[in-house]
Amino acid sequence: MSSPAPAPDAPDAVMAVPTAPVRVADNLNEALHALFAADPHLFLLGEDVVDPYGGAFKITKGLSGAHPDRVLATPLSEGGIVGVAGGLALAGDTAIAEMMFSDFATLCFDQLVNFASKSVSMYGRRIPMRLVVRCPVGGNRGYGPTHSQSPQKHFIGVPNLALFELSPFHDNHAVLARMIERAEPCVFFEEKSLYPQRMFTGGVVDDLFTFAPLAGPGDWARISVGGEEDYDCLLIAPGGLARRCLGAMRELLMEDEISCQLLVPSQLYPFEAGPVVEEFAAGARIVVVEEGVAGGTWGTEVAAHLHDRLWSQLREPVRLVCSRDSVIPAAPHLEREVLVQQDTIRDAVRRTVR
Amino acid sequence: MAVSLPSAPPSVRPLSPLDDADLDSLLLIRHFENALLDLFAAGKLHGTVHTCLGQEYIPVALRPFLDEDFVLSNHRGHGHYLAQYEDPHGLLAEIMGREGGVCRGVGGSQHVYRERFLSTGVQGESLSVGCGLALHSKRRGLPHLVVAYIGDGTWGEGAVYEALNMAALWRLPLLVVVENNGIAQSTPTQVQMAGSVADRAAAFGIDHHRLESIDINEIRDVLADPIARVRNEHRPLVVEFATHRLGPHSKGDDTRPADVLEHARRHDWYRLYPQTRPEQFAARDARIRARVESVVQEVEARSPSVWEAGRV
Ligand SMILES: Cc1ncc(C[n+]2csc(CCOP(=O)(O)OP(=O)(O)O)c2C)c(N)n1
Repeated sequence: MSSPAPAPDAPDAVMAVPTAPVRVADNLNEALHALFAADPHLFLLGEDVVDPYGGAFKITKGLSGAHPDRVLATPLSEGGIVGVAGGLALAGDTAIAEMMFSDFATLCFDQLVNFASKSVSMYGRRIPMRLVVRCPVGGNRGYGPTHSQSPQKHFIGVPNLALFELSPFHDNHAVLARMIERAEPCVFFEEKSLYPQRMFTGGVVDDLFTFAPLAGPGDWARISVGGEEDYDCLLIAPGGLARRCLGAMRELLMEDEISCQLLVPSQLYPFEAGPVVEEFAAGARIVVVEEGVAGGTWGTEVAAHLHDRLWSQLREPVRLVCSRDSVIPAAPHLEREVLVQQDTIRDAVRRTVR
Repeated sequence: MAVSLPSAPPSVRPLSPLDDADLDSLLLIRHFENALLDLFAAGKLHGTVHTCLGQEYIPVALRPFLDEDFVLSNHRGHGHYLAQYEDPHGLLAEIMGREGGVCRGVGGSQHVYRERFLSTGVQGESLSVGCGLALHSKRRGLPHLVVAYIGDGTWGEGAVYEALNMAALWRLPLLVVVENNGIAQSTPTQVQMAGSVADRAAAFGIDHHRLESIDINEIRDVLADPIARVRNEHRPLVVEFATHRLGPHSKGDDTRPADVLEHARRHDWYRLYPQTRPEQFAARDARIRARVESVVQEVEARSPSVWEAGRV
């Protein structure tokens, strides 16, 4: 993908100081540093998170050096990690827990579902629980069936548990702040292959696409062809799928003259349909894209909301694009067949629009 | 983080002579693991592998005790597999996603299942599964025990203690082999384990042996009777090897200081054994090295594995 170039006719193009692109991993790391500097009661716990290792994906690097008492390398104890984080939150502190791979979040499911989130309301009054569980998700890396999953669907529909996803359109300083402000447990899903990619800033994606935040809840970003309001197909996808969607959108525009608009929420659950409803252009098709494997997915939740709100305006039901109903194989050629790819999205849109 | 060296004999003693089969087995694992790191460096492998460089002697020492028994392995399992089944082709094909892989390329390096061998990538799961297999064996009156290999770091998982409790309560033929290499990924054992493996086993009334030795014959002498008791008397047992991880956790992720790495290298059987029998070592080493090279060539030339998603 080409680097951002200011539109030639933009009035401040001459004045714009080109800034080096920031990697998503660095943006997240900086956001954590800023949060630690601002909140003396913030803790972070996880396996191998301290320096010099700085976490399996290096997201926590530098934090333990700066805040050795509040950044803790834990034993391999996912249930315990989130239990401790729940205790800190109960005591009024803020806790960020890192799962090395989201696949192991099954081991903290009880603490999250039956303790941390329930504690917010099951004692008959609202108890603030400032707790974020960070979960690297996603495949296409050949890591095999227990290190490649996108388990978002397993966490949907738990009262007082909110779900967010890392995105190249959403600055993580704001995203982390929003999760903590909720004062209820949040899971932050981070698609691993986003880490080394760059953040999009200044409203520009590339030579074709621009982006802008949408007003209203859910923190949606809208990506469109140069800001145009008309489109044939509305894609809805979490941040982890943004690159694949953009690639498909480019192909569809160039090869099929199908124009797509993409909406990316920062907040996955509770699902905020309002901005999508506002944004919906009559006659367009809607395709929801996610990497989780088929069956009871986030996409079905999205579709249910949109059917409810938009039924009379829809030409056909919302189409879902997700990975196959399968374990995720280790061998790259097999894995590729199971997981949603750019061409899966492109073909689904073609079938929908034609 | 403070890193103190794992306890070790003041000077590493010479190793006793091995027969060719044992030496070949050690060398096969060593050259196999090195080949994987080379393949990675050459961009021919994807995903991740955890090599057992430095720890090869453990499954080789245990091999004669485990003929019909069930082996539960973990992420660092290539040596466990190769010691049990002399099948570098099947394992490499699995890791490279080629035809003839043990699990059609679906499982890859850390999810391998064959007859009485199974590995999986989530730490701590295996011990209670081992209890189930052992309970089956006991109830059917079979003479088989179940071995579960785990690292020191895996003792952080609560599931380990649920399993030890049941194994002791129900007197299950479960042999837990702890490969205590002093580190879990990047975290030294002393900052992730309070107390000791010995005390934890004792808390459940489970027998425990700790072995500092890397001498295969010596290890077998020490373990013959205790392992027979697991099998015959259904007494669960924890055997802890003080061992040394020579390589990175997976690949290119070693942040250990030079002196720690040098300490590990001083306990490398591959460096020590040539002093025991130089000619035998040189001859077998050349032979196995060439064998692994030809395995790599052969497997690399195979076509990609075939598997239909969701259906086997
Ligand atoms: C439940 C779970 N948590 C974390 C991991 C990631 N992980 C894989 S190996 C490992 C370290 C294991 O250390 P240890 O048990 O000492 O074995 P070693 O790697 O030293 O052989 C970690 C943290 C995992 N695979 N499963």
